[in-house]
Amino acid sequence: MTPEMLSLSNSPGLFVGIMLVKILVVFGVTMLIVAYATWCERKVIGHMQTRLGPMRTGWHGLLQPIADGIKLFFKEDLIPSESTKVPFLLAPMMILVPALITVAVIPFGPDISVGGFLIPQQITDLNIGVLYILAFAGLGIYGIVLAGWASNSKYSLLGGVRASAQMISYELAAGVSIIAIFMLSETLSLREIVFLQQQDLWGVCSFVPNWYVFTQPLAFCLFIITGLAEINRTPFDMPEAESELVSGFCTEYSSMKYALFFMAEYANMIVIAAIAATLFLGGWSAPLNIGIFTMIPGFVWLLLKIFSMMFFFMWLRATFPRVRYDQLMRLGWKVLLPLALANVVITGLVVVIF
Amino acid sequence: MITVYHYMTVAAILFAMGTYGVLTRRNAIVIFMCIELMLNSVNLTFIALSSHLQNMDGQVFVLFVMAVAAAEAGVGLALMIAFYRNRDSIDVDDINLMKL
Amino acid sequence: MELIFFYLIAIVAVASGFLVIRCQSPVNSALGLVNTFFCLAIFYVMLHAPFMAAIQIMVYAGAIMVLIIFVIMLLNLGTEARKRYTTGVVWSAIASLLVLFNVMYFIKRGRVTGAEGDITSYTVESVGHVELIGKALFTEYLLPFEIASILLLVAIVGAVVLAKKEV
Repeated sequence: MTPEMLSLSNSPGLFVGIMLVKILVVFGVTMLIVAYATWCERKVIGHMQTRLGPMRTGWHGLLQPIADGIKLFFKEDLIPSESTKVPFLLAPMMILVPALITVAVIPFGPDISVGGFLIPQQITDLNIGVLYILAFAGLGIYGIVLAGWASNSKYSLLGGVRASAQMISYELAAGVSIIAIFMLSETLSLREIVFLQQQDLWGVCSFVPNWYVFTQPLAFCLFIITGLAEINRTPFDMPEAESELVSGFCTEYSSMKYALFFMAEYANMIVIAAIAATLFLGGWSAPLNIGIFTMIPGFVWLLLKIFSMMFFFMWLRATFPRVRYDQLMRLGWKVLLPLALANVVITGLVVVIF
Repeated sequence: MITVYHYMTVAAILFAMGTYGVLTRRNAIVIFMCIELMLNSVNLTFIALSSHLQNMDGQVFVLFVMAVAAAEAGVGLALMIAFYRNRDSIDVDDINLMKL
Repeated sequence: MELIFFYLIAIVAVASGFLVIRCQSPVNSALGLVNTFFCLAIFYVMLHAPFMAAIQIMVYAGAIMVLIIFVIMLLNLGTEARKRYTTGVVWSAIASLLVLFNVMYFIKRGRVTGAEGDITSYTVESVGHVELIGKALFTEYLLPFEIASILLLVAIVGAVVLAKKEV
């Protein structure tokens, strides 16, 4: 008997149970990575600047995220009297939710068979997976803009205006750079894209997989740059530039609401790293088609790829100064967008010819 | 069982609300948003009927409506910025330069 | 079950549409409109048009509304002063109710005909919605598609010319 794909129609109870387990596991792992990414970032940047970073709480400061969380939790929650109350309360949630929703379509392993059913290691496989990611990645902006507007303070407003202009400009280049991937894969489902990347490289090299980073290096670079700009990481952290705008859109926030902004920044980082790993670096598949590599379960490879991307982002933060606002706009519209369009045209030509 | 009439009723209510907003509001941007609301209610009828008639024509039309809405947003907001620069307000009652 | 879900979404859509037309502050109106767009996206998914739902969120909620909110914040618009003449409100209320009754009358009176094509929810599931839309768009509707792209190009040029300080 060949196992059947588990769905709501053939076994409703098991389906709902497995779904809940998958959601809880993915949510828990994401939150754990978020907590320890803060510690990692402080350690990595510390060592790059020949400091030690946090050392006091626990072994090499390993308990620092928990201490920070407790501290933020017990702080007084200030709401400025001149602020617009409802958007002010909604904004921190509206920035964290799109980041967490996006994780739902990331596949983290091959199908496993339990009790005669095939269970995909992915919360849900959408026919339009990549469009779903693009749609929800564009929504994180509302939290920032609302926070900036509702705080009723000039630094926050400037941060919000900067963020919206930056997001509109860079979303376009990010979307166009991904289009080149669809033209090769001819599907929008992330599950299929990962399977396609497990084939041999260009049909010749039998032990190197056909990762799209080899065929689309330009699209990969463009996606990383625009992704950094979309999640407001250095060198594109204009909306919260500490040295110019105090703290930008989150100037007026305190306590757990500030913690939500902080978590959202790292959750966004994880999402961008996971999307880049899935679309360009083969998702959960092993880097070489050798027996010993394929023995290791898929989620380990996915996490390894995500962690190395995040290390790269931290490295960038320690290396690059912040770009100026006009430089940011010029880079987005006059360099990245034409390059992405040219990449699409060239890919189209190559696909038609071969 | 949800029929196509359910969707069309919701669309009709949204369309009427959009009409009311266009007629009563004075802020040009809010009027613009009400027009978007009306366009969206029309999109809903297009898609409901397209899925009822089981062909793709309605959904392709929605794509064109979205393209028109995007073009409208770009030009309309540019007009509003230009108007605000001249008159320091975007109240539609202040757009009266052509009046005798 | 599905009907309850439908009514829930419909009530949320109409309530947030009401926020759009009643809120004093333009930003609150914009938030209401975003909420309406989300409800409509859910309707599109229920109507087996997932691609349209994704495009709805991407284009309307992700691009057009962000642009509108950007302009509202750029101009720093406050709440509008209440000095609207009441007769105007009454007449527009009557006009919009008339529109509503007219449309409802036509919906009640007209009968939708049966299926004209062969694209059922099963075809959408098996072939894929994106493929179906793409096929219709690039074969039957190629000329309108090209005209739409020219329209967008004209709009870009127009927006740049209008918003520039000196041409």
